[in-house]
Amino acid sequence: MSTQQYEGQAAGQANWPNGIAPYNSPIPMARTHLGHALVSEWTKIRTVRSTVWTLSVMFVLVVGIGLLTAMALSGDDYTGMPLLSSGLFGLMLGQLCVITLGVLVVTSEYGTGMIRTTLTACPQRGRVLLAKAVVFFVLAFVMTTLACTLTALINSALLSDQTRPSYVSDSNFGGSFEGGKLVASGGEWLGATVGAGLYVALLGLLSLAVGALLRHSAGAITTMMGVVLLPLVMALFMAGEALKDVRDFLLEYSPLNGLASLYRIPMTEDQDATGWPLLGGLAVVTLIILGVAYALLHKRDV
Amino acid sequence: MIELEDLTKRYGDKLAVDGLSFTVRPGTVTGFLGPNGAGKSTTMRMVLGLDAPTRGDVRIEGKHYGELREPLNSIGALLEAKGVHGGRRAYDHLLCLAQSNGIPERRVGEVLEMVGLQEVARKRPKGFSLGMGQRLGIAAALLGDPRILMFDEPVNGLDPEGIHWIRNLMQQLAREGRTVFVSSHLMSEMAQTAEHLVVIGQGKLLADTSMSQFIAENSRTHVRVRTPEPERMRDVLVEAGLRPVTGGDGALEVDGGEAPRIGELAAANGVVLHELSTQRASLEEAFMRLTAQSVEYHAYAPGADGTQLPQTPPGAAPPPGGAAPPPQPGQAPPAWGEDWKRGR
Ligand SMILES: Nc1ncnc2c1ncn2[C@@H]1O[C@H](COP(=O)(O)OP(=O)(O)O)[C@@H](O)[C@H]1O
Ligand SMILES: [Mg+2]
Repeated sequence: MSTQQYEGQAAGQANWPNGIAPYNSPIPMARTHLGHALVSEWTKIRTVRSTVWTLSVMFVLVVGIGLLTAMALSGDDYTGMPLLSSGLFGLMLGQLCVITLGVLVVTSEYGTGMIRTTLTACPQRGRVLLAKAVVFFVLAFVMTTLACTLTALINSALLSDQTRPSYVSDSNFGGSFEGGKLVASGGEWLGATVGAGLYVALLGLLSLAVGALLRHSAGAITTMMGVVLLPLVMALFMAGEALKDVRDFLLEYSPLNGLASLYRIPMTEDQDATGWPLLGGLAVVTLIILGVAYALLHKRDV
Repeated sequence: MIELEDLTKRYGDKLAVDGLSFTVRPGTVTGFLGPNGAGKSTTMRMVLGLDAPTRGDVRIEGKHYGELREPLNSIGALLEAKGVHGGRRAYDHLLCLAQSNGIPERRVGEVLEMVGLQEVARKRPKGFSLGMGQRLGIAAALLGDPRILMFDEPVNGLDPEGIHWIRNLMQQLAREGRTVFVSSHLMSEMAQTAEHLVVIGQGKLLADTSMSQFIAENSRTHVRVRTPEPERMRDVLVEAGLRPVTGGDGALEVDGGEAPRIGELAAANGVVLHELSTQRASLEEAFMRLTAQSVEYHAYAPGADGTQLPQTPPGAAPPPGGAAPPPQPGQAPPAWGEDWKRGR
């Protein structure tokens, strides 16, 4: 644009039919890579209200319900539940927020048309999906784990002084006592904090993949609510001996059972379930659906 | 430079784009004209690699869109449907795009200023007027200071001031040596902006020519003469070798005649004139005639009955940009780029 630039161009103008040399930007350009996409997706996720809302509500539900339950049970006779288990109730609701956010990370781009801008800026579609997945997963994992850990600490502070009725022995219950106080093992702590955080973040990632498949907020959220709640609801309606096998199957592989098992209150008769195998299964399913979404993303028009 | 070769897109039964081949060159504004539904937006989405062509190929600077390493530096686009999340502040919207291409953050402030949105940088686009939304889209297109710019119906819904601004912007970008490709369904709009013209109808190429040639070929100029003595005037004109026709309201229409000469003829022969004016058929009419022909053409089996192609055969374009004004260093505004060059 400057005079100097035009003088420079004069020499080479024979190549151009109208005497104007092609424009060259003075801005330094970088060859783009995954790092750029990650930074960009981080900016995106932190600059919309839905992120702030869903994560705040999740936090309030998990910690608030955890606190209320703990206060209600505190000082009473031992209920027979493991020390950290009451964190589950808040998280059962809180996970729905994470699912919603996971879906919105992708579908809000389709709903607003932002996806076209995004893919124009970064035509490597797989890179965009990967960056979204990583940024969302890390954020969801950190936030959920924080909320769960806080709840576990509250539970352990308020509930460890529950009195054990003299007529029961240690072995009758899920929890264990040490020196007259209810305590949680290392495994229980891990399950109720990192385990629960991982499990819910994985559910959120699955939602993100489903969102990328369906490209529609309401459709994807409804689908995920169905996946999480339906197996349990169906099992509840399956009375009678004939359906016992189906009912047991639904209960065991219900996503809620995985979470409950991490809190050591599984829904099946298998009282030793830790939830980790179910978490592994969820991870496999999530990766498969994400793979399908990845393949379809390259095929479809946007 | 954008090169299209036999570019075709089919949606189900609908052939939206049908074997388009043309080249958009740097240094001029190329208008992409066609009635609604002609396939302009679809073509532009294929240029950006958003929709995959059913057949054919499109390349940007010789590459497919997916092969571009710094896409925002190669091409900036404003699409028809606003590609903006209404809940993300204008500044953040541009920031995330800049980051995805490794563009320094201070460029965001620069483009906001260029489009005049610095006041609302911290506002959410949900509440923006049509014009502000369009400016935000243009800011995003300018972010990578690209060599190619593509605008899909940029003036739709803008007020006269906004339209004027966009026209000047496009012409300035072309003067800087960039490729500017802009679509519209309004001939009048194109006539004021573009130097080169690509016309499509029903997905097919109808014309690829310079604007001046299009005007010369497609607009009929005639002189209109009204007189109380039409019979005498007609004789005078015929004697002078002209071919007057009687128009609908009794006035004489002289094709290819020049008003001064006709006036002199009338004076020399003592004919009283009530009106003497040069009439130029509007470009809009020429455009409608051209696209109407494409509809007609489609109504017959191609070639089966010797149906003629439209007057302007595809590819009959003169060397592009013949009418491009030379760069005018004296008029160029101060270059913001100096700053970036020093910083490199
Ligand atoms: N995604 C799509 N699915 C089906 N038909 C489409 C799609 N996009 C465009 N079309 C059709 O293709 C034709 C061209 O549309 P478009 O490119 O938007 O035209 P223009 O931009 O010139 O008005 C129209 O008939 C339109 O209905
Ligand atoms: Mg259009």
